[in-house]
Amino acid sequence: MSRNLYDLLGLVSSVAFILALKGLSSPKSARRGNIIGAAGAGLATFVVFFYKSEEGSLHNLPWILGALVIGIAFGVPAARMVQMTQMPQMVALFNGVGGGAAALVAIVEYLNLGKSASTLAVIATVFTVVVGCISFSGSVVTFLKLQELMTTRPVIFPGGRFVIGATLAGIFVNAGYVIAQGGNGLLELLAILSLLFGVLFVLPVGGADVPIVISLLNAFTGLTVAASGYVLENILLIVAGTLVGASGTILTRLMAVAMGRSVMGTLFGAFTAKAVAGSGEQESRPVRSGSPDDVAILLNYARRVVIVPGYGLAVAQAQHTIREMADLLTAKGIDVAYGIHPVAGRMPGHMNVLLAEANVPYEQLVEMEDVNPTFAQTDVALVVGANDVVNPAAKTTPGAPIYGMPILDVDQAANIIFLKRSMRPGFAGIENELLYDPKTTLLFGDAKSSLTKVVSALKAL
Amino acid sequence: MSNGLALLAIFTLAVFVGFEVVSKVSTTLHTPLMSGANAIHGIILVGAILVAGHADGGLQLILGVIAVVLATINMIGGFVVTDRMLEMFKGKK
Repeated sequence: MSRNLYDLLGLVSSVAFILALKGLSSPKSARRGNIIGAAGAGLATFVVFFYKSEEGSLHNLPWILGALVIGIAFGVPAARMVQMTQMPQMVALFNGVGGGAAALVAIVEYLNLGKSASTLAVIATVFTVVVGCISFSGSVVTFLKLQELMTTRPVIFPGGRFVIGATLAGIFVNAGYVIAQGGNGLLELLAILSLLFGVLFVLPVGGADVPIVISLLNAFTGLTVAASGYVLENILLIVAGTLVGASGTILTRLMAVAMGRSVMGTLFGAFTAKAVAGSGEQESRPVRSGSPDDVAILLNYARRVVIVPGYGLAVAQAQHTIREMADLLTAKGIDVAYGIHPVAGRMPGHMNVLLAEANVPYEQLVEMEDVNPTFAQTDVALVVGANDVVNPAAKTTPGAPIYGMPILDVDQAANIIFLKRSMRPGFAGIENELLYDPKTTLLFGDAKSSLTKVVSALKAL
Repeated sequence: MSNGLALLAIFTLAVFVGFEVVSKVSTTLHTPLMSGANAIHGIILVGAILVAGHADGGLQLILGVIAVVLATINMIGGFVVTDRMLEMFKGKK
């Protein structure tokens, strides 16, 4: 196959990817878009086997086909079996392997770069190695955190700031040297430093900040793919990588805005934030805890209920139970809506996917800006496994780590119910004044078992 | 126009297309957007196949083959998981 035909078919695949993203503008066209995208990817993978470059046609076909089969054998079952609650770690993992693949491609390319290679191509190769490695190790650490194979709290060690700075400086110096002088040994060192940096930069990021990190790493991998495309002179890789880079960048920015702080502040916040964590005296104040029956009665006599889901809902896998409860309330003529905070959960849109899995009509999922004005007319705000996203400290306590973050104004509702596992503060480690509010009822326990009890109590009423 | 410049032009235009298209994605679909974008960067598979197919020596072949495995997982897994998610969004009126 000639270069021209190959590039033309690459263009077809590029358009398929653009259509895939365009389809996501509405849930109705989204699935078809994804299938078009998959077809484009399939076409590109098929076509490359027939492409004859200056170096001739492809060798090592049995190896390549074997590798494809292994990849399919791992990828398909993993994608089929993963539960919706585990989606963030799955996305992190897929992102990591993509970044790793891009870095490996760049390393091999570097070994093959002749003396004739343009400086720009060398820079692009080095960029891919660095960012691909960061994306790989960063995503793996994110995966380990989300899968709870390691602590989900920020990991901070003395001098961490210095170590991360030194690593970054080392990467820059090394990269500059590789670009100017060449030398294979240095490239390996560069890869190792970049892997180390990826680990160091995700370690201090914890729980609630994960959505930002996942989006950012996604953008990184996209850019590495685009840079690889530049080195390989492959239009499709450039377009596809750039599209992903754009989507990752936009999401990162949206998440940062939703948390009321800068991207940098989130990533490096853990190094600077003083421990504002729960000062002991407050915890001895009385709270009103209720029984599932109390909660059922409150809900039963409400006219409007807004459910505020958080990561606790995902952990407890309570999405089906909450839907069952919402259905019961709707059948009683009660107006039910879900108030979705943009950073609730562990990745952008996490709550939407969970609730969609439980067949909650997406019309009931209301975004923060739209639901906030309605809290004043809401009889009961039911907070399930969320904390920081409803914490008024974001408005009232300058100096709190979450100060300035837009929150869901559940304090405006006539009654507030918190389903919580314990009095432990949310991820940000700040006391939530709402828990002590006289109109608040607390129901302790795992969200799913609590909701199951509320559902049976509702049925009995 | 030199080849390098043409590639740079494609990149620049793709930036604008990307921002334009992605900024229209509905908030409800941010998770499928992430996993769909993830699947799209699995297209590095094409690059992995190319370097594995032109590998010069054992080390390059091994690295290339590993890259093919990783990229395949990324691409196939990404599209399958996105399809599963979008299927859930479609069922209702």
